[in-house]
Amino acid sequence: MARTEWHPGRVGRRTVLLGASAAAGLPLARPAIAQERKLVVGVVLPLSGTFADQGKNYEDGIKAFQKVNGTKVGNITVETVMRDDQGPASGDLSRRMTQELIQRSRAEIILGYSFTPNAMSAASLLTEAKRPAIIINAATSVITERSPYFTRISMTLPQLSASLGQWAAKSGIKTVYTIVSDYAPGLDAETWFTKAFEAGGGKVIGGARTPVSAMEYSPFLQRAIEAKPDAVFGFNPGGDVSVAFMKQTKERGLTEAGIKLLVTGDVVDDNLVPAMGDALDGVISALHYQVELQNPANQRFLSAFREVAGANAVPSYRTVQGYDGMALIYHALQASGGKTDAESIMNAIKGARLDSPRGPITIDPATRDIVQNIYIRRGQRLGSGWANIAFETIEGVKDPAK
Amino acid sequence: MSGLVSILADGIAYGMLLFLFSIGLSITLGLMRFINLAHGAFAMCGGYVAATLLNLYGVPFLLTLPAAAIFTALVGMAAERSVIRHVYGMPELQQVLFSIGLAFAAGAVANIIFGPQQQPMILPDWLTSRVDILGVEITGYRLFLMGFGLVAAGLLAALFNFTLFGARVRAAVDNRRAAEGIGINVGRLFAITFALGAGFAGLGGALAVGFLGLDPTFPLKYLVLVLMVVAIGGPGSIGGSFAAAIALGAIDAVFKYFVPQVGGFVIYGLLVLMMLFFPRGLAGRTA
Repeated sequence: MARTEWHPGRVGRRTVLLGASAAAGLPLARPAIAQERKLVVGVVLPLSGTFADQGKNYEDGIKAFQKVNGTKVGNITVETVMRDDQGPASGDLSRRMTQELIQRSRAEIILGYSFTPNAMSAASLLTEAKRPAIIINAATSVITERSPYFTRISMTLPQLSASLGQWAAKSGIKTVYTIVSDYAPGLDAETWFTKAFEAGGGKVIGGARTPVSAMEYSPFLQRAIEAKPDAVFGFNPGGDVSVAFMKQTKERGLTEAGIKLLVTGDVVDDNLVPAMGDALDGVISALHYQVELQNPANQRFLSAFREVAGANAVPSYRTVQGYDGMALIYHALQASGGKTDAESIMNAIKGARLDSPRGPITIDPATRDIVQNIYIRRGQRLGSGWANIAFETIEGVKDPAK
Repeated sequence: MSGLVSILADGIAYGMLLFLFSIGLSITLGLMRFINLAHGAFAMCGGYVAATLLNLYGVPFLLTLPAAAIFTALVGMAAERSVIRHVYGMPELQQVLFSIGLAFAAGAVANIIFGPQQQPMILPDWLTSRVDILGVEITGYRLFLMGFGLVAAGLLAALFNFTLFGARVRAAVDNRRAAEGIGINVGRLFAITFALGAGFAGLGGALAVGFLGLDPTFPLKYLVLVLMVVAIGGPGSIGGSFAAAIALGAIDAVFKYFVPQVGGFVIYGLLVLMMLFFPRGLAGRTA
């Protein structure tokens, strides 16, 4: 009883807050002069809590893009309105934030969703409201099929793991043992690595699925060593789990046993590299961006990023995804000749080609998923620290799961 | 076969880390009857002290350990004197709410000071190299943890069972009024005991960073493991916690090795069985 009495009070307060943000948002949507108009891009990111650093990365990318390219496309001024969805465990908060952006802030395009469940929860809303949404990160293959208004600017896990499997097969690796975290992305990684590797003539001779938050990998690694494969393929969810995994592969002496370590690039994310130290030595990984890439778009991106985030800051692949998300929106506004209805924007997005800091990228018109280069990198000493250095490029990789 | 022995050794070393990590909680929970779910926050404090000294000031690893323990003990004492002592008399639910709130607050403070990212902890070479003992290969760090755990367990058991200080603590916990009546300054005694628990938490935290990593979510992430050790061992028993931690580490390792499909969950099943049949743990004090 007390519970039902308490609830309306809370909703009431929230409504007031929504009203306040609406009052702030409304004037932005009103056209100032007949031809000159504003377009609101609603941005949904994890800006507080455990994953706040991810949100910061995307935000830096978005800011860096507007620093280079200004806020005007033709006679349209592009404004961003940021909302915090607090990460993957926040229930339907990302859906509510999306709704608020569409209804109160009059957002015409949405950019965001770092995590799969957050994108999934907003899918039906976007379809109903007919709002194009650009996925800034969430990497589960199926998301783009959940709404015809979704476009992905990041990557899919099958893209990374299949590229790695393909590379391994043609680089003389005959047998692999897989160690993946036991949750949906881990199984995705295992499946697509195995498919590509075995299609190339390799053989997966065994594997282990480890608890998602496992910190002790000794027994799994010992089993892997006893299976005597040419290489171990690893995937885990990043953060401290990946640091522990990488350190223990070094500790258990994988290299001494003559076994190569292959991981998807997010496991050895740049911001984890200092904590991994020499465990990175000789580790092969696949990722779609690399700070050291030599192309004009990357130079432009890096100089803008350093203006935004400081001279010594190192961008993450997530920063580039934020940057490219804005680039895709600007491209669509130009290509549609300033029309901002959902159909015109979606038509302009489908098949779009962009000159990204990660190399040329296109949006597959059939799946609205990204097609891009995947870089195969090796962990090496660089100056006083360690880095992943690209030594091979697999060009124009589609999401193999579609 | 040598594979099994080697992962068993690794498992025992992991258990030793769990022991060092949870012994502080066993002291405050078992001896002082204070449900300190903020234990992980003190461990995190020790971890940040060690990581900062090592990375920023280049202090040798072995010196960062006592620094982490002493600093955390002082923080613990300050916290005990200022707020925590007012919570002793409260019902258990309020202790839980208070201390878990403290843990959240500590995580938020760490986020502001150190940022949300993982702290690097690069160990010296003699700890990361592999050592061969009777044909069993183990890394220096795990060997170091084993030795450290044994010494700590011995010292603590001696302190609480054979010294006047230990006798006073046990007396004060069992009957505070009588203890005060015979002239024991219980307030001061509890402050020192709490500081000791916090100090060991800080030490465990500093040792854990090289193994478990360190970020602001640390206080809550390992709470379950620590509570498991204390619950199975029996709160307040140094020997019980020691046995429980080693058993958890070894059993976990062996099952992960032989049945990797389910191995990671065996220890949780074990916890359920223990709580059903031995609710006081392996060596719980009944008083």
